[in-house]
Amino acid sequence: MATIAHDHHAPEGHAHAHEDHDHDHKPAFFQRWFMSTNHKDIGTLYLIFAIMAGVIGGAISGIMRAELAHPGIQYLGYFAELLGTHNPDMNQQLHLWNVLITAHGLIMVFFMVMPAIIGGFGNWFVPIMIGAPDMAFPRMNNISFWLTVAGFCSLLCSAFVPGGTGQGAGIGWTAYAPLSTTGAQGPAVDFAIFSLHLSGAGSIMGAINFITTIFNMRAPGMTLHKMPLFVWSVLVTAFLLLLALPVLAAAITMLLTDRNFHTTFFDPAGGGDPVLFQHLFWFFGHPEVYIMILPGFGIISQIVSTFSRKPVFGYLGMAYAMVAIGVVGFVVWAHHMYTTGLSEDVKMYFTTATMVIAVPTGIKIFSWIATMWGGSLRFTSPMVWAIGFIFLFTVGGVTGVELANGGLDDNLQDTYYVVAHFHYVLSLGAVTSLFAGFYYWFPKMSGRWHSEFLSYVHFAVFFVGVNLLFFPMHFLGMQGQPRRMPDITPAFEHWNQVATLGYKIMAVSMVIWFINIAYAFIAGKKAEGNYWGEGATTLEWTLSSPPPFHQFETVPVIKDEDHH
Amino acid sequence: MKPTPGKGMPVDGGLTFQTQYSPTGQEALWMHDNIVMWILVATSIFVLALLVWVILRYNHRVNPTPSKTSHNTLLEVVWTGIPILILLVVFVPSMKLLAHQYKKPPANALTIKATGNQWYWTYSYPDNGGFEVISNILPDEEADKRGEPRQLAADNRLVVPVGEKIRIQTIGADVIHSFAVPSLWFKLDAVPGRINEKVLVVNEPGVYYGQCSELCGARHGYMPIVVEALPRPQYNAWVMTHAGAKIDGAPEAPAPAPAAAADAAASAASSAPGA
Repeated sequence: MATIAHDHHAPEGHAHAHEDHDHDHKPAFFQRWFMSTNHKDIGTLYLIFAIMAGVIGGAISGIMRAELAHPGIQYLGYFAELLGTHNPDMNQQLHLWNVLITAHGLIMVFFMVMPAIIGGFGNWFVPIMIGAPDMAFPRMNNISFWLTVAGFCSLLCSAFVPGGTGQGAGIGWTAYAPLSTTGAQGPAVDFAIFSLHLSGAGSIMGAINFITTIFNMRAPGMTLHKMPLFVWSVLVTAFLLLLALPVLAAAITMLLTDRNFHTTFFDPAGGGDPVLFQHLFWFFGHPEVYIMILPGFGIISQIVSTFSRKPVFGYLGMAYAMVAIGVVGFVVWAHHMYTTGLSEDVKMYFTTATMVIAVPTGIKIFSWIATMWGGSLRFTSPMVWAIGFIFLFTVGGVTGVELANGGLDDNLQDTYYVVAHFHYVLSLGAVTSLFAGFYYWFPKMSGRWHSEFLSYVHFAVFFVGVNLLFFPMHFLGMQGQPRRMPDITPAFEHWNQVATLGYKIMAVSMVIWFINIAYAFIAGKKAEGNYWGEGATTLEWTLSSPPPFHQFETVPVIKDEDHH
Repeated sequence: MKPTPGKGMPVDGGLTFQTQYSPTGQEALWMHDNIVMWILVATSIFVLALLVWVILRYNHRVNPTPSKTSHNTLLEVVWTGIPILILLVVFVPSMKLLAHQYKKPPANALTIKATGNQWYWTYSYPDNGGFEVISNILPDEEADKRGEPRQLAADNRLVVPVGEKIRIQTIGADVIHSFAVPSLWFKLDAVPGRINEKVLVVNEPGVYYGQCSELCGARHGYMPIVVEALPRPQYNAWVMTHAGAKIDGAPEAPAPAPAAAADAAASAASSAPGA
């Protein structure tokens, strides 16, 4: 149990709000939310932004699920018209499909999961958990956020300008050349690339900020090996961002010059190579998937430990498993490229290296279960979501062992099996960990209780929905349904209808979630400082809910016998 | 040749891979069915069982006082070591499979080149005189009429001889496409500026459907791949229906073809698509 020397109390400083030295002085609305340098406010902004982006990205997948439920093209014409293409011909309608898959991927990766899990929870809780008053570079923190917003706006703009066969960038989130160069005339793809530049720059600055904060601003006694695992997970993630994103930036800049200035990095006619782009993209892209899931691992570790009333089992193993996942994650990228014509030896290497990832991942799964083993489990809403995460992530992880095999992947590459796999680890893994973290920390952040009952209902409906949605995709993939197609042969109809039904159920669960948030703000009870009670031992629980605008005016000291 | 329902194509409500008609496909499917799938299912069930056990046994009503155990070196070594052993079980057949998939074809193997275009395939037969077949999707009504699955049927097929090692080369004419046939466990990207090569063996005569498997623009979903495998004599006859065609090593066929070949050609042509 961490102790702090000085007890902070709930905000009481309103009477003295005009006094600048008051620790809870809050700036006026515009200054507070648009020029923010406070890590908690910026975290809140990131969370609100991620929710808005998630609603858009989720609505896009709704259009896709509706279209895929039956053979033939049913809805694309309507939506193309809605987005401003008058009387869209078939090519323009089909182009819209590619725009939808591109936007869904980019939004969910760059503007939903990453802002929520790193920008949102990372900003909110990394400084608090290490006993710091704020991030190391508060102004850079602010620009990180607004660059992400600007990037999102650029992506939205791309939908309304020409992108080749129709309006918008229809190149897939992977933006493979030459489809993204000579294959997509018009400014849409440039907007999409610019969007990644902006949000990528924001993420790199965020990563620098987290690394500096964690290395330099830990409270006395908070050694690296005493840091909560969530902080460890964000630290590893920040390094992945710092090393991977510049490679993406380089790759898409080369795309940009190939598109606009007649360079030929990826054009064989000028000595370039389209496959080079894939190497660069996946050198970023594979670490990227760990960027999305590692902070989730951290959140789950905190929650499992709290509600087992036990310290995390095998703390060092857990921390270094994440480091190992991060390191190995940089040397497995070509398993996304098994069918591009890699040589036998290369394929053997990437098969082997990829399978190795299963080992540290297994350590994490078993350590969570061992943390619960012998514990005194309380099934609060975050714990229920966390247990759901462990199972769903396992299911997503084991199909990774199948896909890791270059020889097996020849059939599965670019099929719905891959779609099922990465949605199990991301939509069901990362997103489940986001909801777990949300219910764990929401009363801390807002000062108000959500309804635990609605949280359970949310979980139950979500669990049924996403499994119905994504499990049948394994069958479809093995039967050979390729990704990224708006139309299906009649033999794929059965499971696609089931998946679409699953989507509807999942959508209902999102409505329940929003009702729950509304309930909390309208009628939710006030939350105490440590509302989870014994077991919640990290520093955020020593503060009021919500924490004071500036926390830790007196630096907390972590004693030797304290554990993470 | 008319397709056999359910062969070489997806089946409605199917739960696993399509039946395989190539030796490496059968090997891969065997590996999936007998090794990998069991490990996946067993691991998932094992984790689920552990979770159910801790939920029942260690909930706060049953176990009000938590233990403080947070380390057990032996346990940690075990759960690192056992997954490594399990992975070794996958590793060995996985490497064998890769080696078999990469076995080089004999130098005189038949070469067929598949070129991906936006949005159709062209198949050229350099060993048979270099003629080219353009393969476009069949409209739904036409596919229905011919008894072929919608969205998978093509006007002209990639015709190959049965039981031989064929060297399939792929290349993209504009953007990247991918030549894929699920029932033959075959997928190879068609990349502009480079020729990819892979061996294909089809065990028995039949029609095998696939679709372009790399996003290639608006009509990506409408450039199917249809492989029709014929016994060698019928294949030769099919080849000879093309202008300027010849059979390996044989002199160019005299046109008009001799009666026997013409008969074979006629019978092949009558069963061939587009005839």
